[in-house]
Amino acid sequence: MSVQSILKVQHLTKIYATASGSLTVLHGVGFDLSAGCTCAIVGPSGSGKTTLLGLCAGLDQPTAGTVELDGRDIGRLTEDERALIRNECVGFVFQNFQLIPTLTARENVLVPLELRGGVVREQDAVELLARVGLGDRLDHYPAQLSGGEQQRVALARAFSNRPRLLFCDEPTGNLDDDTAHAMVDLIFGLNRERGTTLVLVTHNLDLARRTQRILRLRGGAVVADEPTGA
Amino acid sequence: MGFIFKMAWRDTRASRRRLLLYSLAIVLGVAALVAVGALRDNLRGAIEEQTKGLLGADLVVTSRARLTPEVETFIKGLGGEQARETAFNSMLVLPAPQRGTRLVYVRAIEGGFPFYGEFTTQPAGARAALAHGLNAVLEESLLVQFGLAVGDKVRLGSAEFIVAGALQKVPGESAAVATLAPRVFIPLAAVTGTGLLREGSLSRHRTYLKFPREFDVEKLVADLRGRFRELRLGFDTVEERKRELGQSIRNVNSFLSLVGFASLFLGAIGVASAIHAHISQKLPTVAVLRCLGASARTSFSIYLLQGLGLGFVGAGLGALLGLAVQVALPYLVKDFLPFTFEFFISWAATGRGFGAGLVVCGLFALLPLLQVRRVSPLLTLRSAFAEGTGLRRDPWRYALLLVIVALIFGFAIWQAERWQWGVGFAVALLAGFGVLAGVAKLVAWLARRFTPRQLPFAWRQGLANLHRPNNRTVLLLVSLGMGTFLMLTLYLTHDTLLSQLRLAGGNDRPNLMLFDIQDDQVEPLKKLLAVGGTPVRQQAAIVTMRIAALQGRPAGEILKDTRSRIPSWTLRREYRSTYRGGLSDTEKVVAGSFTARAEPGAARVPVSVEESLARDLQLGVGDKIDFDVQGVVMPAVVGSLRQVDWQRMQPNFFIVFPEGVLESAPKFHVVALRAATPADSARVQQAVVREFPNVSAIDLALIMQTIDGVYAKASFVVQFLALFTVVTGVVVLAGAVLIGRHQRVRESVLLRTLGATKAQVNRIILAEYLALGTLGAAVGALLAVGANWALAHYVFSLKWVNPSPLVLLTGWAAVAVVTVVTGLLSSRGICDHPPLEVLRQET
Repeated sequence: MSVQSILKVQHLTKIYATASGSLTVLHGVGFDLSAGCTCAIVGPSGSGKTTLLGLCAGLDQPTAGTVELDGRDIGRLTEDERALIRNECVGFVFQNFQLIPTLTARENVLVPLELRGGVVREQDAVELLARVGLGDRLDHYPAQLSGGEQQRVALARAFSNRPRLLFCDEPTGNLDDDTAHAMVDLIFGLNRERGTTLVLVTHNLDLARRTQRILRLRGGAVVADEPTGA
Repeated sequence: MGFIFKMAWRDTRASRRRLLLYSLAIVLGVAALVAVGALRDNLRGAIEEQTKGLLGADLVVTSRARLTPEVETFIKGLGGEQARETAFNSMLVLPAPQRGTRLVYVRAIEGGFPFYGEFTTQPAGARAALAHGLNAVLEESLLVQFGLAVGDKVRLGSAEFIVAGALQKVPGESAAVATLAPRVFIPLAAVTGTGLLREGSLSRHRTYLKFPREFDVEKLVADLRGRFRELRLGFDTVEERKRELGQSIRNVNSFLSLVGFASLFLGAIGVASAIHAHISQKLPTVAVLRCLGASARTSFSIYLLQGLGLGFVGAGLGALLGLAVQVALPYLVKDFLPFTFEFFISWAATGRGFGAGLVVCGLFALLPLLQVRRVSPLLTLRSAFAEGTGLRRDPWRYALLLVIVALIFGFAIWQAERWQWGVGFAVALLAGFGVLAGVAKLVAWLARRFTPRQLPFAWRQGLANLHRPNNRTVLLLVSLGMGTFLMLTLYLTHDTLLSQLRLAGGNDRPNLMLFDIQDDQVEPLKKLLAVGGTPVRQQAAIVTMRIAALQGRPAGEILKDTRSRIPSWTLRREYRSTYRGGLSDTEKVVAGSFTARAEPGAARVPVSVEESLARDLQLGVGDKIDFDVQGVVMPAVVGSLRQVDWQRMQPNFFIVFPEGVLESAPKFHVVALRAATPADSARVQQAVVREFPNVSAIDLALIMQTIDGVYAKASFVVQFLALFTVVTGVVVLAGAVLIGRHQRVRESVLLRTLGATKAQVNRIILAEYLALGTLGAAVGALLAVGANWALAHYVFSLKWVNPSPLVLLTGWAAVAVVTVVTGLLSSRGICDHPPLEVLRQET
């Protein structure tokens, strides 16, 4: 593993047991991401993009192969140990926002910090929300925010624990074009500011081209690994 | 920990009112346990405080026969201060304008009774009038019933008494014992003047004894136990009475506690179901928390805390309600208590009820909470991951189920005193729930397979709700069915007991009995009754006797034998036997043959013994039995065993002698007759008492009225608690409706978007709750009929009669209506918003 490598995937295979037999979603996937880079995973529906993202982020365990996140093989860890790693160095942005509906925007952003325990600086959350343009919506609940606003809260939350890796799953999939553009600018802006490694799953090739590297998946395997020159 | 508390609290923001409603499911169960526990604590306290007032003396010696000189000497030799009483049933004749008669229990007293406790009268101090003259203190209810006042005259036998006051409370007895025959106290010296007690008359003779404070009464009775038995004397001490009372209170308390527990159990199932629905809605939040780094323990703790909070609120509200009910219960049970007491709030019972509520609620809430541990963070990416959490194979789930079952058995056994009863109750409770849950599953299956396609759309949709995912069929059928079952069982049992009596007096059967008739009064009485148009249907001579020996072994020896399995009451009691030449229509010989007339000179007289008594005495046909007929030993042999229908209103006997043996023994007679109307019955009773003052009458209508009254009071207490179960069912129902509201709102909006009218949506809701209400009530009613049969057959040994269809229909309809109304009320507002608004809220 190179010194700068933050995510290293080797021979990754994921097989699901279904009623009609086993289903191989990923087989033999491998790649390496250095710290601070940006990468898009693209491919048709069912190609295994989301499964790959889930495995890289430690949300699931592979059937075979390894995922090393920040130098730790997360496949060997228990679910709670993986949760600890997620809290320490991973941020998420989901297509359907995944905000906690009973918490305000400010509280949603604070959750990762509160989970760590210790003293929580509310000001951090306020600043992040102001950074994403929601300084006046701190105490609004998700249901009181538009889709774009909810996604911006999710982005602020993703950065609240100062992650080393940010995983985005179709972050603009539920947004209109204008809102999506603004959202993408925010993601890349924050990523640059904070030196975060970005892994993006998307169907949108224009969005993918804004990253430094594109991994193309088809039938559960990497069929192309291309630098974009971005 | 701080985050867990904070998150648990924040997460309830949108659902606090709903969670509060869920917590109400256990409120009534906890309230019932608190109230019942408090009542027990109060009664225990009262017994300790009023120890000697429970009996009115340190020792009471009772004889069912007139005291022989030997017994007199023995009792006098016991020492202490003594007071005497002779008690018997008789007819009280009321003055004009009432001119009525009433069966009463005469207690003729002499001396300082009661030595302890209070003889409370209105006006106060009327007890002093019983020291002399022809004064009487009458049960207060008699004065009220007949509009009597102090100074009025009443007649007992040939003597006229002046009413000196109304009896309100006397040590040693509860008001309920006097319901059939109200008590009348007179001076002992006045008994002779009444002419009521003749040879063979039924009477009890009590001696009340008061000893110096330091005297050990328990030691005295322990030393003299054998002598008491030998002289066939009963005795009662304060300690004995305390034990008996304590046992009765424990029994009643166990029963009431178990009814309360059933309600708590039902509520806990409601809570578990509500938490299950709550957690199902929270799974995405749990997944997000896991994504953000929350451990399984952290996310589990958040929702466990919510579950415990819910239990805390429910148990707290229940404890508060229980405190209020505590105040009411003493008034409900006061007629059954032989003492009055100052009520105090039992904080111990309140704490126990609260604790039980919290533990039960916590355990039941844990069942659905277990799935939180297994929520995958992948759920944030794909909802399909919500499935297959492997909960069914979770060993913790099995362990928890085991703990719950153990808790049910443990609680039932702890409350029931006898472990067999506790096990029986727990098995019955689990079986009841099992049957209802099984029926619910069957109903869901039937609804899926056999809903007719030709039914209108709304009805098909409503019935489909019974089987579709996340249905509430099992929960609602169990709660409604259990509530209906408990309520109807109580009602039907009441009905069974009364209808049995109605049957006993129906079909032209005798409904009036006259007893204590002397030999020389039989013929004139028959003539009087014939002239009055109510001829004698049956007549029996009664000879009192005791068992002297069984199979040649003296009764006294068997009584002393600690290994003997023969119940001692069978040897100590006085038997009222008869002689006749044939069987009556209530009897059937089941072994041997009935002898109509004794052979002159036979060494042993062949007698017929009632089969259950023969079982107790361990006798069979051909076995020897010696009777002591008022001092004369009569050797007999068991010639036959009889089955007797005791429910009939006519003289029935344990032992029947053949003719030709007992005719010359001292005896009295009983006759049974039928009065067509209550007015005829009253007229006959008045005429008989006028001519034959010593003859007493007992009327079937009076027995029915008494049983009805006593049962009504007793069942009120039980129904009061059973009502808690039914109301719990309604709360669970309302909770269950609200649980499904989220889903309903979406469906209703989709249907309305597709063109359904509000009326159609309401009809769908109506169809579902109508089906659930009618089915739940029907299954509950069927279980109640089964329980009613089992109670009639095994507990009351009565012939089971078909329950009144009207009662069943009314109960069934009431539960169905309550279900539909609750369902519709809880679904209010689903159609009141524009679809767009609701769709927006749901995103």
